Amino acid sequence: MIRVVLPPPLRLIAHTGTEITVEVHGPVTQRSVLDAVEQRYPMLRGTLRDHDTQRRRPLVRFFACEEDLSSEPPDALLPEPVAAGKEPLLVIGAIAGG
Amino acid sequence: MSGVRVLVGTKKGAFILTADGKRKDWSVSGPHFAGWEIYHMKGSPADPNRIYVSQSSGWFGQVLPRSDDGGKTWTTVGNKFTYDGVAGTHAWYDGSPHPWEFKRVWHLEPSLGDADTVYAGVEDAAMFRSTDGGQNWEELSGLRKHGTGPKWQPGAGGLCLHTILIDPTNPKRIFIAISAAGAFRTTDGGETWTPINRGLHSQYIPDPTAEVGHCVHRLAMHRSRPNTLFMQKHWDVMRTDNAGDQWTEISGNLPTDFGFVIDVNTNEPETVYVVPIKSDSEHYVHDGKLRVFRSKTGGNEWEPLTKGLPQKDCYVNVLRDAMCVDALDPCGVYFGTSGGQVYGSPDGGDSWSPIVRDLPAVLSVEVQTLS
Repeated sequence: MIRVVLPPPLRLIAHTGTEITVEVHGPVTQRSVLDAVEQRYPMLRGTLRDHDTQRRRPLVRFFACEEDLSSEPPDALLPEPVAAGKEPLLVIGAIAGG
Repeated sequence: MSGVRVLVGTKKGAFILTADGKRKDWSVSGPHFAGWEIYHMKGSPADPNRIYVSQSSGWFGQVLPRSDDGGKTWTTVGNKFTYDGVAGTHAWYDGSPHPWEFKRVWHLEPSLGDADTVYAGVEDAAMFRSTDGGQNWEELSGLRKHGTGPKWQPGAGGLCLHTILIDPTNPKRIFIAISAAGAFRTTDGGETWTPINRGLHSQYIPDPTAEVGHCVHRLAMHRSRPNTLFMQKHWDVMRTDNAGDQWTEISGNLPTDFGFVIDVNTNEPETVYVVPIKSDSEHYVHDGKLRVFRSKTGGNEWEPLTKGLPQKDCYVNVLRDAMCVDALDPCGVYFGTSGGQVYGSPDGGDSWSPIVRDLPAVLSVEVQTLS
């Protein structure tokens, strides 16, 4: 199982705690993890990435294993500890605005 | 016994204020959707338990909750607003072409007769319709594509479609307003649209009497007189008695005719309310006094309503969707401020009291009259 930590505003609309888990079949990438998150929590569609282009929203960032993965290609493999379920993928709302 | 439910959207969540028909003792629930901007929430006239909410954030975009039990529980419905076909461009602040991009829903207007049909006015300005309770949205693109769309320019708050008025006698006739394009009318349910800005004069645009380009802040209608509309423009308060074919100014003796809100007394179609704001660069009330101005003559002659409102050291704003009237007699009038106060008057504006004082900045106020 892949562990994902959602930011507080998204926990509110997904009715979840801090961390969720999703099952990913095949390569563990940003795209496959986000697909699985949106499949399980359809209310999150459009909040992390654009409905049509699938581009990450500008003020959404992805971190794992102390690395900023936000600009990685969506089909790049995530770090092995994330794929193994040892470390979570962190979804962060950029520190900006009020 | 009758009662009212006031739906308040703020910069950091939604609040629901309820009272019985006396409108004296209030209970407050919220914050709902804590931390999110709630541009607007509105109940369905066909089913008061059905409430639609525009919930958005700069980080996570648009979300659209819906309640089917009067605001006790919420379900997230569709948030996919895709412009029809090739979106094209509108004019940017400097006049250059700028691609149409969806940013947020400013206003939700449920159908008068069908709880599953709801219209959304969005930024960048366009009108969408859902006929399945908000799950799926389709652009009524005849508005954006009727011809003048490429000339529309954003106001300071963005290129937003913020007002939707449905004619109670003919639901295919709808009036909308866009900052800063102007007012438009459809008579075929949104397929085709006509600009209705004749008589408006906006000295801040290159052609002050242009067909489009006017920064209309709000329209209001009394349900018994759908040919009469009242308008608060960037500057100027206006009215039309022929469904927008011609507007005339009714600012009269107002201390300033800049403002955002305008509304009409439910029981008196010639009684109109505005909250004058000092100027377009000073978005607060005039002279440090929070005054609602009321005209009982359909405009031109205005009286300040001050009883219960702060009359010194007050520098709040009242935004365009932040005033409403209930359907009781006497008519209740409500408005919210940038300082987080929501004021109510149970007697048509004669006297006011704060229902709540310390909410986040208020973006919108709507009221449902419950039987």
